[in-house]
Amino acid sequence: MFEPKIIGFCCNWCAYAGADLAGINRNQYPPNLRMIRVMCSGAIEPLYVVKAFKEGADGVFIGGCHPGDCHYQNGNYKTQRRIVLLKRAISEIGLDPRRIRLEWVSAAEGQRFARIITEFTEEIKKLGPNPLKLSGVENGI
Amino acid sequence: MESKKITEKKKLKLAIGLGSTCSGCDIAILDLGGKLLDLIDLADIVYWPTAFDFKHSDLKELEDKEIDITLYHGTIRTTEHEEIARILRKKSKVLIAFGSCSCFGGIPGLCNLTDKQQIFNTVYCENLSVSNKENIFPEEKLLINKNKSITLPHLFDTGKTLKQLVEVDYFIPGCPPPMQLIEGLIPLMRDVLEDARLPEKGTVFGSKKTLCDECLLKREDKMISEIVNPVTAIVDPERCLLEQGILCMGPVTRGGCEARCINVLMPCRGCMGPGPETEDQGVKMISAIASILGVKDEENLTDQQIEDLLSGIKDIIGTFYRFTLPDALLNRKVKERR
Repeated sequence: MFEPKIIGFCCNWCAYAGADLAGINRNQYPPNLRMIRVMCSGAIEPLYVVKAFKEGADGVFIGGCHPGDCHYQNGNYKTQRRIVLLKRAISEIGLDPRRIRLEWVSAAEGQRFARIITEFTEEIKKLGPNPLKLSGVENGI
Repeated sequence: MESKKITEKKKLKLAIGLGSTCSGCDIAILDLGGKLLDLIDLADIVYWPTAFDFKHSDLKELEDKEIDITLYHGTIRTTEHEEIARILRKKSKVLIAFGSCSCFGGIPGLCNLTDKQQIFNTVYCENLSVSNKENIFPEEKLLINKNKSITLPHLFDTGKTLKQLVEVDYFIPGCPPPMQLIEGLIPLMRDVLEDARLPEKGTVFGSKKTLCDECLLKREDKMISEIVNPVTAIVDPERCLLEQGILCMGPVTRGGCEARCINVLMPCRGCMGPGPETEDQGVKMISAIASILGVKDEENLTDQQIEDLLSGIKDIIGTFYRFTLPDALLNRKVKERR
């Protein structure tokens, strides 16, 4: 059975706190997510996401505050635009854009966090392993 | 008497090798004009197939490390390019990747978005001007008789930079490298000749800052409301092109060309490669453009409006990785297995 590796970038104020709440509430979600705490979703450079794929991640999850709730006022709006563009770029290179998922999770939405991660893990399982990992970038096509 | 002195002077051996190239780099060297005489005064050319009648055998006859400086331009696309690059590395003391193609892959490097078979299909079958009902493709080997055959070099699926193949000492980027950087070769040659201290290995010739640092246009507020086409737009010649909505790669590109395109109001296309401290030019540009596009009233934009705004950027890989695809983190088209 294919167990995907998912890298998650979660903002300190909302999504990470939401994940914390999921833990406190004992909401179950698959252990495939490796979470990295960042101060704001706006601090996530597209380079981090691309590097995660290059190093063999099967999916990348990005969690930020709901629009209007950003601790730094407008970081999440920038992330939203970056991710739209990045999804188009990786699909031009041949990766499925569904391997990137951007979600807004507030600190109160522990249950929702667990549900999103469960869904995303299922989706990545269906997509299969990251093709960069399988073939090596050399003989891709 | 004077001329005798010059001929007795110790001279360098210079080689200029080529891979998959348009030979614009050769022309750029010839464009040195009067400075070309300084260059010839310092160095004897031992290999330069574009300008003189040199054969592979001339190169193979040289001793190891006999060439002092080698300039290699062009992407590595075929077995022949690879062979020449490896021989030149063995035979030369200083190997310089000259031009964007050998530094980062350049325009021919966009071949990484497809593969050999697709290229052959387009060129020999699908083009409207081609009629090839029997599906005849060029073959690498042709048997003339029982004992004799002739071969063509093998075309790779993936284009490579020189650095991905052999050790490279210095990089001179640009498409073609700007005059002021090529002129920098002359002091370097003198240093090699006099055994002086050379720059650190891996040095990229050019500015230590991005292009925006040397661009003369005025920057006022870093936000744009839509992407405009540079061909149809009416351009304000005083103001930053990016602020006017024209996709200019200046913020993520190394300076050193003195903004030669922007001076004639064409946006930077990024031929000098990623700026210093920048790992990957394309994703950096994705980050930069998404940060300033549609900032005004950003809290009221719907998902669809964001899509529409960004749809002004067509062909992301071809625009943001125009010269650096083989050197990028994701440098090859891949296929999802379903």
